[in-house]
Amino acid sequence: MTAVRNVYIGQEIERTEDFRFLTGRGTFVDDYEPTGLLHAAILRSSVAHGRIRKIDASAAIKMAGVHAVITAADIGEKIPTIPIRLAPIKGLERYLQPVIATEKVRYVGEPIAVVLAETRAIAEDATAEIELEIETLAPVPDWRVAETDSTLLVEQNGTNVATRYAVGSGDADAAFAIADYTRREFFHAHRHTAVPMETRGLVAEWDAANERLVVTGATKVTFFNRRALAAMMQMPESAIDFIEIDVGGGFGVRGEFYPEDFLIPFAARMTRRPVKWIEDRTEHLQAANHSREIDCELEIACRHDGTILALRGRIHGDMGAYTRTNSGVVPAKAAQFLHGPYRIPAVKFDVAAYMTSKTPIGTYRAPGRFEANFFRERLIDMAARDLNIDPVEFRRKNLIATNEMPYSIGKLVPYENESAYDSGDYHVALEKCLAAFGWQEKKNLQGRNIDGRYHGLAVTCFVESGGAGPRENVRMLLERDGRVTVAIGSSVLGQGLETVFAQIAADALELPFEAFRVLHGSTTLLDEGFGTYHSRAVVMGGSAILDGAKNLLSAIRAAASLQFNCRADEVSIDGGKAKGPDGRTLTFAALAAAAGPISANGTFANAQRTFSYGAHAAHVAVDARTGHVAVLDYVAVEDVGRAINPALVHGQTLGAVVQGLGGVFLDHLIYDANAQLLNASLADYLLPTATDFPHIRGVTLELHRSPSNPLGAKGAGEGGMVAVAATAANAVAAALSSFGVQPNDLPLSPPRIWQLLRDAASGRQRAP
Amino acid sequence: MKAPRFEYVRPTRLEDAIGFLARHGGDAKAIAGGQSLVPMMAFRLAAPRLLVDIGRIPGLNGIAVDDDGIRLGALVRWRDIERSAELQRAHPLLVEAVRHVAHYQIRNRGTVGGSLAHADPAAEMPGIAVTCDAQIVVVGPRGRRIIAAAEFFAAALSTTLAADELIIEVQLPPWRDNRRWAFEEFARRRGDFALAGVALFYDGGADGTATNIHIGAIGVGDTPVRLTAAESAVEAKRITASIIRDAGAAAAASVKPADDIHAPGEYRRALLGVLTERALARAAGLALREDA
Ligand SMILES: Cc1cc2nc3c(=O)[nH]c(=O)nc-3n(C[C@H](O)[C@H](O)[C@H](O)COP(=O)(O)OP(=O)(O)OC[C@H]3O[C@@H](n4cnc5c(N)ncnc54)[C@H](O)[C@@H]3O)c2cc1C
Repeated sequence: MTAVRNVYIGQEIERTEDFRFLTGRGTFVDDYEPTGLLHAAILRSSVAHGRIRKIDASAAIKMAGVHAVITAADIGEKIPTIPIRLAPIKGLERYLQPVIATEKVRYVGEPIAVVLAETRAIAEDATAEIELEIETLAPVPDWRVAETDSTLLVEQNGTNVATRYAVGSGDADAAFAIADYTRREFFHAHRHTAVPMETRGLVAEWDAANERLVVTGATKVTFFNRRALAAMMQMPESAIDFIEIDVGGGFGVRGEFYPEDFLIPFAARMTRRPVKWIEDRTEHLQAANHSREIDCELEIACRHDGTILALRGRIHGDMGAYTRTNSGVVPAKAAQFLHGPYRIPAVKFDVAAYMTSKTPIGTYRAPGRFEANFFRERLIDMAARDLNIDPVEFRRKNLIATNEMPYSIGKLVPYENESAYDSGDYHVALEKCLAAFGWQEKKNLQGRNIDGRYHGLAVTCFVESGGAGPRENVRMLLERDGRVTVAIGSSVLGQGLETVFAQIAADALELPFEAFRVLHGSTTLLDEGFGTYHSRAVVMGGSAILDGAKNLLSAIRAAASLQFNCRADEVSIDGGKAKGPDGRTLTFAALAAAAGPISANGTFANAQRTFSYGAHAAHVAVDARTGHVAVLDYVAVEDVGRAINPALVHGQTLGAVVQGLGGVFLDHLIYDANAQLLNASLADYLLPTATDFPHIRGVTLELHRSPSNPLGAKGAGEGGMVAVAATAANAVAAALSSFGVQPNDLPLSPPRIWQLLRDAASGRQRAP
Repeated sequence: MKAPRFEYVRPTRLEDAIGFLARHGGDAKAIAGGQSLVPMMAFRLAAPRLLVDIGRIPGLNGIAVDDDGIRLGALVRWRDIERSAELQRAHPLLVEAVRHVAHYQIRNRGTVGGSLAHADPAAEMPGIAVTCDAQIVVVGPRGRRIIAAAEFFAAALSTTLAADELIIEVQLPPWRDNRRWAFEEFARRRGDFALAGVALFYDGGADGTATNIHIGAIGVGDTPVRLTAAESAVEAKRITASIIRDAGAAAAASVKPADDIHAPGEYRRALLGVLTERALARAAGLALREDA
């Protein structure tokens, strides 16, 4: 590893992107208007489960301004299915989603037809004129119904149970048999999802002369998606360009391959016109991946003194109607992260995934973790209370110690190798959280009723993985004017990576930050890139930049050696200048002007994940009569190894906590008993707004760098989210402990809390 | 989520506006602030062929206060009410209720007439109109008529206004000096439509008794309602903690809200009881003991 000078890394540099965004000069996909554009609207199923008897678009196609209507019949004999990108768990591959419904529809929102028209409004008018006959079949509204196999979503599979597997380490059953204390509870994490500010959207342009396709609005995993599309359209990969422009948030859902990612390019090729599709909010709520819906039965075994002996449980994942690109991550990670930051000698988890007639599941920021931490930390607070041990002491007793690092948790994921936590001081993170929060000072508020509001406090601990491999690539180009263009395979979805990557590159090349321009995501930039997910962009992309910078410096030395007439190893480099053995110097700009642009590639490959960790604490006040919860204070502490730009890490933390609190108290995708989705807009899918959770504090630690990458960085985008349900729900439980209320079902909406209190009160009355 | 095709006119005379509505029957709709109608059109829940913009008709945006009461023109916007020092004195309950309407951007555009005509069961202005015995002045091809607020709201999003009539004004009876009042609502987030809300006022006698009690509720039925049972629990009595409890219980018992995506009916009903108690306590200047 080259010793990197530290001028920009670690500085709170203002985002270079912001000027563009704040002055209205961002370019998002809907801003892109090539001439000759057709607009697409998609006819979606309004039935949860049914057999398509008839699709007749003849009236629609005759309407003025309508150009074409595409149904399954137009796509060909074999309807392509969307491949799995992550979490290839055996069994899931039997439920891949066809890009358009053929014989059956299996969720409300499934695409049935695409209308192409001169305007989006006309296209919408025409979708209403498509004659559709669907014979409704019994819905499969949840995993319990799915498990009975009384109605099959995919008949030839013979079952709705997509997969079942068991993972573990140690002998959990034996530990339970001899434990002093055990407790078992049922938990439910509810269906909700990311809902980024900008919905999905694409513009596809077909170049008939050269048989090339350009897809603008791509993001997240552009290279993978291009490969998938090429296979589906039977085109060479190299004939397709995926172009990433500004993106208004992703959080996991944006940028995966969805049916529209085939349908819109297909439409462009078919009509030989550019086609634009911008997802509206109603569509977004039906069509983009849902997430989080996991039921968990969890059991803990302890000694009287609170030492955890074992954890065992069952994860039931409601997968929705199809396996999409990363669906398996959700239940798999919900199981893996049950282990958490504790020394647990034995764990055993049974995982099952069920197909239901609802929108398919995929990853959403902190996938599986938000759920797993909620399940485990709730149970720990209950166990601590039963054993009469202070919940903080209980955690201190069981947290993994620094000298146990790396700490193996065994192979808890069927498609991954054994995992080991890489580094950290989990105890210090907890103490720092307690101190920042003021636990000692606030402790006496626990459970108290002050003016009709019950106060509750909680602290929880977590680990979080990031930095998925296998690789990331970069190309760095010293331009004739001395500026450096960094082209990277990571995607930018609004996190400020243009700034962060420039900071890393500037330090590595000892050039001013302003000399850099960062290009990202598009498949035109590099041969191969891996994108942005799993908090990997800085870990993988940032490390690739270090390699690219090293190679660029070698190339600069080589170029300079020709100018100085010396050997390359005789050239020294200092502050943007190359210096020959005779003392002559050339600035990089002069060198590039003389020798032409100089470029180098960089790559970073790594199969090791980073494990950030930390603790969250919350202080809530519950209005027991309305069920409203006010979050009076929230502190999130995370050790990210190395914060390249602390201001941006801080922003990630605050944003993640707010998003997490939304997930606890507000966000909820509601289905009725017929698997009808009831949320149609942001008036009924409630997102947190600026005034809902104003009291949030983030503390970024840089205690233990990751040993697995040269920057020492760990993932930093999701740690603010992982423990929010755990912490908030424990704080609510603590507030209402005098009623014996256990909030084990999310979301903690006012009616839910009111109901819990009412049940507790009637239970009290019934008791003798 | 694009509106279907429509035509648009912006007459500057009331008669012309009414003429358009009358000629196009149910196919035409007035548009004022557009904050309810435009979203309905985008969702294709409304598809008028003709929009008659009434925003340029003079004389509909006045706020007048005199001995006979308060008159608000149909085009008076939420922000006009919020910022009116005169209304703050002349009808503090109205001003307080309007502060709970939606968000800043929407309050800049939404109008009194639009809200009354739209008749959302959880909207504040219809609640105030019903609570305060407002009179709604409407004009149509057959002339002018006055409809009592109690007769105006027919069902959710439905009124007794004819398709070719326009609201031009709402009149609120005069406010008394010794009046006590409160407005309480509960919404999931600031600016959301309330899950339930209570508006009330009474005249406080020298001996502490409450007379002329008016209690109205929003969000608990198809239309805003007067809570007459709760009123009876309070009328001509001194307000004490136990009267407050009685009134809350009477309020809750008198409604039967339906279940919906936002809350079960039982919750709204219990919430109404709590809000009634809180509003009464606030009006009377009493502190409530609230356990659960
Ligand atoms: C996100 C959001 C949140 C909201 N939250 C709230 C809230 O908390 N509380 C609340 O009360 N409202 C809320 N609203 C609604 C808002 O207050 C509207 O502005 C109001 O209900 C309608 O007023 P408008 O002037 O915008 O009417 P428009 O949208 O222009 O019209 C609404 C209806 O009234 C008819 N109409 C308008 N003016 C007249 C007239 N003079 N005579 C006859 N008919 C007429 C129209 O034909 C149409 O049918 C919210 C709106 C939004 C978008």
